[in-house]
Parts: sequence; structure tokens; C-alpha cells
Amino acid sequence: MRIIVPLQGIVQGRGGLILGSLIPCALLYFFQFYLKRNRSSPPPDSPSASTANLPELTGIPRNSSRTSLPTRGSIRPVPVSSRATAIARDSDSAYYTGWKKYLEDPYHPTSNPDGIIQLGLSENHLSLDLIEEWLAANLQKSLLGEKRGDLSISGLATYEPLGGLMDLKIAMAGFMSQIMGGSVSFNPAQIILTAGATPAIEALSFCLADPGNAFLVPSPYYPGFDRDINLRTGIKLIPVHCRSSNNFSLSIAALEREYKQAKKRRIKVRAVLLCNPSNPVGNILHRETLYDLLSFVTDKNLHLISDEVYAGSTYGTEEFASIAELLDTGAFDNSRVHIIYGLSKDLSLPGFRVGAIYSYNENVISAVSKLTRFCAISLPTQHLLVSMLSDTKFIEEYLKVNRERLAQMYALFVDELKQLGVECFKSSGGFYCWVDMSKFLKSYSVKGELELWENILNVARVVVTPGASCHCIEPGWFRFCFTTVTERDVPLVMKRISKVLKDHKASQ
Amino acid sequence: MNDTLLSRRVTCNSHGQNSSYFLGWQEYERNPYHHITNPSGIIQMGLAENQLSFDLLETWLASHPEATDFKNADGSLSLFRQLALFQDYHGLPAFKVALAEFMSELRGNKVSFDPNKLVLTAGSTSANEALVFCLANPGEAFLIPTPYYPGFDRDLKWRTGAEIIPIHCSSTNGFRLSKPALEDAYRRATKLKLQVKGVLITNPSNPLGTTMTPIELSTLADFIEAKNLHLICDEIYSGTNFITPEDFISIKQVVAQRPHLSNQIHIVYSLSKDLGLPGFRVGAIYSENDLVVEAATKMSSFGLISSQTQYLLAKMLGDKEFTRNYIVENKTRLKERHYKLVNGLGDIGIECLESNSGLFCWVDMRHLLKRNSFESEMELWKKIVYDVGLNISPGSSCHCTEPGWFRVCFANMTEATLDLAMQRLGEFVQSGGVMRRQRRLGPAAIAWWARRLLTASVKSLEQLSR
Repeated sequence: MRIIVPLQGIVQGRGGLILGSLIPCALLYFFQFYLKRNRSSPPPDSPSASTANLPELTGIPRNSSRTSLPTRGSIRPVPVSSRATAIARDSDSAYYTGWKKYLEDPYHPTSNPDGIIQLGLSENHLSLDLIEEWLAANLQKSLLGEKRGDLSISGLATYEPLGGLMDLKIAMAGFMSQIMGGSVSFNPAQIILTAGATPAIEALSFCLADPGNAFLVPSPYYPGFDRDINLRTGIKLIPVHCRSSNNFSLSIAALEREYKQAKKRRIKVRAVLLCNPSNPVGNILHRETLYDLLSFVTDKNLHLISDEVYAGSTYGTEEFASIAELLDTGAFDNSRVHIIYGLSKDLSLPGFRVGAIYSYNENVISAVSKLTRFCAISLPTQHLLVSMLSDTKFIEEYLKVNRERLAQMYALFVDELKQLGVECFKSSGGFYCWVDMSKFLKSYSVKGELELWENILNVARVVVTPGASCHCIEPGWFRFCFTTVTERDVPLVMKRISKVLKDHKASQ
Repeated sequence: MNDTLLSRRVTCNSHGQNSSYFLGWQEYERNPYHHITNPSGIIQMGLAENQLSFDLLETWLASHPEATDFKNADGSLSLFRQLALFQDYHGLPAFKVALAEFMSELRGNKVSFDPNKLVLTAGSTSANEALVFCLANPGEAFLIPTPYYPGFDRDLKWRTGAEIIPIHCSSTNGFRLSKPALEDAYRRATKLKLQVKGVLITNPSNPLGTTMTPIELSTLADFIEAKNLHLICDEIYSGTNFITPEDFISIKQVVAQRPHLSNQIHIVYSLSKDLGLPGFRVGAIYSENDLVVEAATKMSSFGLISSQTQYLLAKMLGDKEFTRNYIVENKTRLKERHYKLVNGLGDIGIECLESNSGLFCWVDMRHLLKRNSFESEMELWKKIVYDVGLNISPGSSCHCTEPGWFRVCFANMTEATLDLAMQRLGEFVQSGGVMRRQRRLGPAAIAWWARRLLTASVKSLEQLSR
């Protein structure tokens, strides 16, 4: 405008206005060229040493068109997708940082007693010995399958049916029923098997929502959801905050509020995603809450995804009820409900990659089955698990003993932490304590929480998960997993943490 | 609850499951051949699976229980504990080393692979999809020479939102890749306002069964350099090159000569074809581009290989004597079976494209068509499926631009079954192509099928010519 006005003074009328607009544009245009020409070119690539070793490749002709190519210096690197850039850089969150640090210097009671203790990974190391015993007695039979006498690989090796072997679906249906205490039975034809619960939730998300749509998720929630659900599907997660004042239980009113807010922002909500028993809080949703949820999703015409991977890992006095139980009553349209399950938690087999989707919706079952070609379970593992899960006596014993050990370890952690002046939320399931360290924060904020988290990591050398990673609205809550250490390690854990807590209390 | 509550991806048809390639499989599944229980059933010749060398794998497994019994050297089961908890998306180091060395062995040790640049995935299906996720944004395109594996339409496009533009290759030059064909495809993409991100080739080729010549590879390298594109080279059939080992030139060898292209070239591998283990779900991406490796590694969380399987294969592939013998013996058997099919077809006047790899032949049945059209190809295909009882894959399902070509697999059945298949086909050809078998469909059903297949193939052709 400053250029235009004086020009208008010189050239009266419209001409001045036109010239006044054209001249700055032309100047800018030529300025860009000047800048481009003077930008420094990247250094040429150094030739790889291996070219010297491939005389026979001189036969590959180099086309004369190469001479017409622009010089190497000005070729820009071939861009990758924005998704690749996003995921490659996504290592800043506390959740992943702690994990990485642990891998660099892992604690071992004898060989590395000063190493970093991992309480940030929700894995159950308490009952693997039971499975080892079973394997010692049953492995050969299980790998080959009882039907085959000799080592016939053709059954092991060939392409499997979509969504997994029917035998495994049947075994899984039975296992899920056992987990839920026999209160509900599952139909094998409604199960789709995937290489872990991670691809299960992604595949299901692809089927239920389009990019830009959203799921409502009660928070605090499992940090992995942010990547698992959003990365390739483009689906947003909208946290529905639960508070300590309400025992971190889900309020339908809060759900309504977030739904309305999303609508105002023109974001289409497609589903509510729950984790029950919940991660990281460890509470179990009551039947009434589930009932209210079903009413809510019916009313708003949404899907309901119930991630029940910890269903078999409950230890409190509260009884776990799967959403499937409520659907049995026939009071609700079940075609909108989908359950995620897997063996990584309840059977402590994360390495074997076994997950499942249980749906009542034929179209979803058909679509997700097609998607399993991207994430199918390896056949030898499928055969092994058919055997293991079909041994109902073993499973019953395993579930009972595992629950006892979980209860014991949970109680030990809670007591020990209490002695340090730290209170835990009363959890009923999962592998973790939901710990309130708000009174140790130097400032009651996310910054204060992360400061405490860093000190616990770097000074106490213990990895825990800060509530901020789980989208907890109240600062000061932490998730401590108690299933990756033995009882013998607990005094050391407490000793290390108490030092940091003392420092923090002293500086308040 | 109505369908509008499912995502667009599910309600649209881009999973490509309605192509004749998959319809034929469905028909086979309804009436599968069995030499005792269903001798007049449909023989599956549309499945590119290698079942010729299972005995070698079985013998190895029987003599190496340590690969599967989870026992440590001291006899304890603590190995089980380690494997049960191992879910690191970087993969089992021992397996990656063994796989890298195996891949090198398949290439005559002319090139070596760095295990740290390998990303493990649950099958090459998952690898291809993950690579496209890493390289292309939704709406961007990859150029693929035709004919190509029908599954690509689903694997590369469905969830990624990417597009495929075919590079038309024709029988006039043996379906070889040429500069004009590449340029033409690029032009067509530009006309459609599509940003081309890369080229994807399968070498050795599916469905052609041929390996790329040095000239083709050079043309390709020049092209991606000039246009600044990525190149995905699907080398899952690298171990099936059974005539002369030197025929197969891996793109890794090209990269060695043109290291400045190393960030743009990515290889996909799998054990499903070379080792005949599709059920194991073992695939891999190899790239020198660190960003791609990092992104693909994290994405592999969506399709990790069971640690049990990784351990088993680490042991198997680590047995160099076994792998060397296996590669040689497997190729010998493939070669034998290949010639059996080629000669058998030759005896009844059917030629095949000259090929040196793969688990199939690219068969020329143009002379059996009533007219030079895809409708005629569908008609012939339908006859072959129902009247002759062979499920073969029509060229149109592979996006071939010339009607009359079919992919016929030879490695997924016994010799006796192959003999029977040749016998049936011979009878069909000799009877002038109007042979009627005992079990046949009524005219109304045939007409219905013809209409359905025609619609499916015309739709896919329309999509191609977009």
C-alpha cells in the first residue's frame, strides 16, 4: 500500500493503482529468483565403496539421457509422506522416552543392580512359570497339532483362512468365556483374529470412521491409543475427562458435553472407546455405567468399542462385567458394539502377537476379516495356542493363580507406597497402581508433574508413566506397573523413590 | 443400524475383492478338487504358492527340535520367557541377521544387506502397504507396469488412499519395461492431476515369471532419477529364479552402482514364496533411507511377526548348509515343474511367455478367443473354470492390456494333479473348446456369471483408464 499511494500521486486514476500493484509483485517475483540462484547447493554424495566390487555390473548401460539431467547438487531429496515424517519424529513423549532409557541400561538384581527399573511397561511377568510348566508337558503335541502325528509342515505353512484358523477362534471364544467367569458365551464366527490388539483396534477404527472423524475416550487413557488409532486412520481422539473427585468414573454428563462441543466444532463423532478394566486407573465399569453408555450410544447413533484386554487380570472385590453380558439381555441393538481382546495381558504373551475383535455387526466382521491380511497371526503360533487355550483345566488354574499373585503384588506396592506417604487409587484390575503424588509436586501443574517424573527417571532411576501422557486432567498422578518386578525388588524400588520424594518435599 | 454408520473405506469397493481373480478362488472353494473325494472338482491353478519343497523343511525341523521347543542350551525353558515377552518392533536381532544373510545368499552374495536397515512385517502384504503409507500421501500415485499382481489394488490403495497408474507393457516386446511406456504413464498421471510419488516393480515378475534385464533396470533407474521418484522393488520371488542364477539382478546391485539413488530405492521381501511359508507371515522392508526405516519400523507395530516364528526362522536360516542346499534343490524342482507345464501346454498348441522364474507361467491363449476382446477372454475363462475345471487367473484381472493371456500356477499341486490338469485342458482344446463336463451350470446361471464378471472387469478397466 505504501508503494501504491505515492504512485497514485504520480499517475492519477486507475493506472496508478494498477502499476502500484504490479510493480511490487514483479519485484517480489524477481527477488525470489535471486534468492534461489544464490542458495548454497548441497555437497555431492561420496561414492559407495561397494561399487568397486561389482565388475559384472558394468554391463548395465547408462543412458545418454543422463547428460541432460540437472547437476546432482540441485536435486532435492525425494520427499516421503507426511505420515512417515510424523511417526519418525514421534519419540518425544515421556511414555516412549522412559522406555528407551530403560533399554539402554536395564536393571537386573545380580548383573546390573544399579540399572533402571522398569515400572512403565504394562507387562505381566508374574505367572510365566505356569505357562512354562504347561509347555514342558505339552509342546510337541501343540506345535504339530494333535491331529497330525508327524511333523507335517503343509498344514503349518500354507495360507490361512481370513481372520484366523477356525480352531483358534473356537478356542479363543471358549477362553474369553472362561475369563468372564462363564457369564457370557462368545460365538467363534464373530471373532476375527489379528497380530495383537494394536492392529485390531486400528483395523476396527478404519471400518468405523473416516479421516477427520473422532472417538470419545474417557481419560486418563492408554498413551498408545494416540498413535494406534490416529496415525494412519486420521481419526481424532477427544478425551472425556474423569476426575478423582468422582473416583475417575465416567460420567454420562461429561460425555454429553464433549459430544456437543465436538458437534459445535463440526467434528463428527463416530464412537465411544472404553478400556474396561481401565488403563491406567485400573477401575472396572459398573453395570449401570455400561447400561447408560449403551443408551448414550444408541441415542446418538454411535459405535461402542470396549477394549477388554485386562478382563482376566482383575483382583479386587469388584466383579467384572463384559459389555457382552449386557447385550445378552437383548435390550440394545448390538450391531454397534465391538470388543477388543488379546493374549498380551491376560496370558502374558505379548511376543506372540495374538489379538481379536469380537463384533455383532456382519458388515464390520466381513470388512475387518479382509483387513487381517495386513496383520495375520503366524500359523505356528496359532497352532500352539489352539492347544493351550483348549486346555480349560490349565486355563482355569492359571487364571486363579495369576489373579492371586496380582492381588498380592498390588497390595504390597500400595502398602509400601503408603509408608512413603503416597496414596494410591483403589484399583480392581490391570497391572498397575494409579498413584497420587500431587503433594510432592513443586508446582501443581503439568510442568511440575514432568519435573517429578524426570527426577524419578534420572535420580531414582525408575521408569513410571506420568498422568500427562495419559491425558489426565489433574497433575500429579502416575502409573506404576507392579508386574515387571519381583517381591524382592520392591524394597529397592521404594528406597530409590523415597530419596526423590524427600527432595521434592524438602524443596516445597 | 444402517450401513451409513460404517466408514467410506468399507462401503466402497476399493478392496478389489470383486475382481475375477478372487471370484475364481471363491468358485474353487465351493468345489475344490481332491484326488479321492472330489476328482471332478476345480483344480486350483490360481494360487502362487510353493509346495514343492516342504519335505526339506520338515526334515530340517524334525532334526532341529531346538528351533521349536523353547529350551535354552541348559535345557531350561527360560527361552520361552524371553520370547513370550519380546515385542520389540526392531525385531529379533538374530533373525534379522539370518534373514539379511539369506537375502544375500539368494543374490549369489553379490550384495550384502545391513540387518539394521531391515524392517520386519507380518508378510509382504503388510510390507507393501507400510511402504506406501511411508512414501505417499492420500491421492498420490504409484506407477506399476502391467500386468501386475491383482492384490496390489487392494494392498497399496485401500487404506493408504494412494492411486495406481498402470504402465502399459505389451507382448510386442515381451512385456518389457520401456522408456516410452514409463513416460506415457507419467503423462497420464499428470493429466489426471495426480502427483506421482514412485514406481513399483516386481522382479522377478508376477505374473510374467521373467526377470528384468540390465537395460530395463537402467531405464528404470534413469527414470526415477530424472523425475525424482521413489522405487519400490518387490523381490519376493528372488529365490525362484531357476534357469541361470545370473539372470536375476537385484535392484540392490543397481543401487551399488548408483549410490546417490540409495535413499529412493526400497526393497520388499518375504519368505512366503521362496521358502513356501505363507502361513508364517514373514515379510520385510529394506531401505537405505533412514527416515523410511524409522517410520516403517514404528508402523510395523500394526503387523509384527510372532517372536516364536522369528526364533524358529533365525535358527533355520542360520543353518547355512541347509539354506544353500534348499535354494539349489528348490530351484531344480521348480525348473522341472515349469518345463512340465510349458511342454504340456506346448503339446496342445498353447505357448507361454518365455520365463525363468516364479511359480507360474504367463500363458498365451489368444488363439482360443472368439474375438480379440476382454469379453471373449472372460467367456474363455468361465469355460476353463466350469467346463474344464481349472482355476487360472485371467490377464484382465492383472490389468493386462491385451486379451487372451492367463497366469497358470504350477507349484501348488502334485505332479499327478498337474498331469490331470493338462489332460483336461488338452481335451478342451481338441474338442474345439466346447467340451462339456458332467457337472455344469445351466444357461441362466452361466449368463448371470458372465454378466457379473463382465461388470467387474469393465469397472476395473474403467478405473484403469481414468
